[in-house]
Amino acid sequence: MRYIELFLQYSGQYIKTRLAYRSDVVVGFLFDLLQQVVNLTFIFLVFDYTSSMNGWSRDEVIFIYGYFLIPFSIFMAFFNIWQFNDEYIIKGQMDRVLTRPIHSLYQVLLEKMELESLLGCLTGATIMIFSGFALNISFGIKDMLLFLPFVIGGVLVYGGVFVFLASLAFFTDSKLSIMPMMYNVGNYGRYPIQIYNRAIRFVLTWILPFAFVGSYPASYFLNRTEWVGYALFTPIMGLIVFIISIYFWNYGVKKYRGVGS
Amino acid sequence: MDKYFVMIRMRFLTMLAYRMEYYTGIIIYSINIGAYYFLWKAIYGSQGEIGNVDFVQMTTYVAIGWMARSFYYNNIDREIAADIQEGKVAIELIRPYDYVLMKTAQAFGEGVFRFFCFAVPGFIIVSLLFPVHLPSDPFLWVSFFVSIFFSFLIFTQINLAVGLTTFFFYNNRGFMRAKRILLDLLSGLLIPIYLFPAWVQSIFTFLPFQSISYVPSMIFSGGFTTELVYLSIGKQLLWSVILIVPIMLLWKTAKKIVVVQGG
Repeated sequence: MRYIELFLQYSGQYIKTRLAYRSDVVVGFLFDLLQQVVNLTFIFLVFDYTSSMNGWSRDEVIFIYGYFLIPFSIFMAFFNIWQFNDEYIIKGQMDRVLTRPIHSLYQVLLEKMELESLLGCLTGATIMIFSGFALNISFGIKDMLLFLPFVIGGVLVYGGVFVFLASLAFFTDSKLSIMPMMYNVGNYGRYPIQIYNRAIRFVLTWILPFAFVGSYPASYFLNRTEWVGYALFTPIMGLIVFIISIYFWNYGVKKYRGVGS
Repeated sequence: MDKYFVMIRMRFLTMLAYRMEYYTGIIIYSINIGAYYFLWKAIYGSQGEIGNVDFVQMTTYVAIGWMARSFYYNNIDREIAADIQEGKVAIELIRPYDYVLMKTAQAFGEGVFRFFCFAVPGFIIVSLLFPVHLPSDPFLWVSFFVSIFFSFLIFTQINLAVGLTTFFFYNNRGFMRAKRILLDLLSGLLIPIYLFPAWVQSIFTFLPFQSISYVPSMIFSGGFTTELVYLSIGKQLLWSVILIVPIMLLWKTAKKIVVVQGG
């Protein structure tokens, strides 16, 4: 209960600070939109020259892309821990966090929230709805019930992987550039996983399970029955990845010694 | 002239101190090339050719495009914006050198570093990872190196011009971000220009952007005829001369109206 209340308090404060710079929020959203338009331009242009990408039509590829943006935007809003090593370990902020009476990860995530990223969900949903209409997909009650656990599963996969990477900072104070690397790997999840070779498919499914963010759950809504098993596994995968990361984070906190004043 | 050479050298040495960061850069570029490699593979599917270009040529196009970017890329625009916003530009203006030339010299220093420590080793690694076809004709190699030099020049000039607009807009972070996103598309890095609809292509011929990525990548992947190679490099030369004009104009006006914020 206290955790929820804290979340509401922090969100309230955050929104107040952002409202002071309203135009920044709008501009940020527009650039995010521009980025998606550029990426979609690629898909639109190449489908002038082919009718399918390893068995996926243009609208299906776009649908997956749009769906992916929803868990991705939520992840960007709540797991903004790219600079964890710099801001918390090297600058010693972690010592302050550890004195707070809630779980240290929760405290860090609250402080680093970036709620305006949630606007990306609108972009994603719009893309999804338009391509969904083009494909004539029926969206029944069952789909609606599964939508939320799928999205949460995807967020947890993404969040879990990056919490794990952030935790590495507890063991080494040298600068790690693994995060931007993983960020680029995560982009592989925007497209149907079947376009990759077997080794990469394996990695994206079982090691860095980014395929559970976009490809697998979206293919369920596209009525692709081949991967139903994987799609339904999405929430469980999310939980597994996230729980492992929490354990790793806690272990890191125990080992953490601070870097001196 | 001496002082600018010192600037080039200093920037090179500063970059050298941070070379570790660029090793991970090679991996990141490889990951990006990989993403487009698989996308193109799926797009080609069973087709042998798209627009007279086969899959190996396309892979070469993508790989060389990203590796060329690792050479010509710099953040001079953001550095200029920071100088202006932090008020440092006041000090820069009273120093005995030309600010714009000094920034260009720094960009050169960074370019030399990026070429030898990022692009060359990066390309060796990338050509081992992906089926890249190296041109056998020495003419293509020579014209490729000439054309990436111009890519660097034009990219840097655009950055200078965009950076200098900070004098007029004060906060132009948005403009710089839009430039970065659009440049990847308009320069032909993400998708070769010949795949755009004809009317878009004809607009692009009047813009400097395809000189940045499309021209060197096409030369390297063997997509241009000899005649077209000369023509494109000629256009690059022309653009690098034309672009001096807006930079000079911006700089002249900026010096007159400069308002130092803080500092």
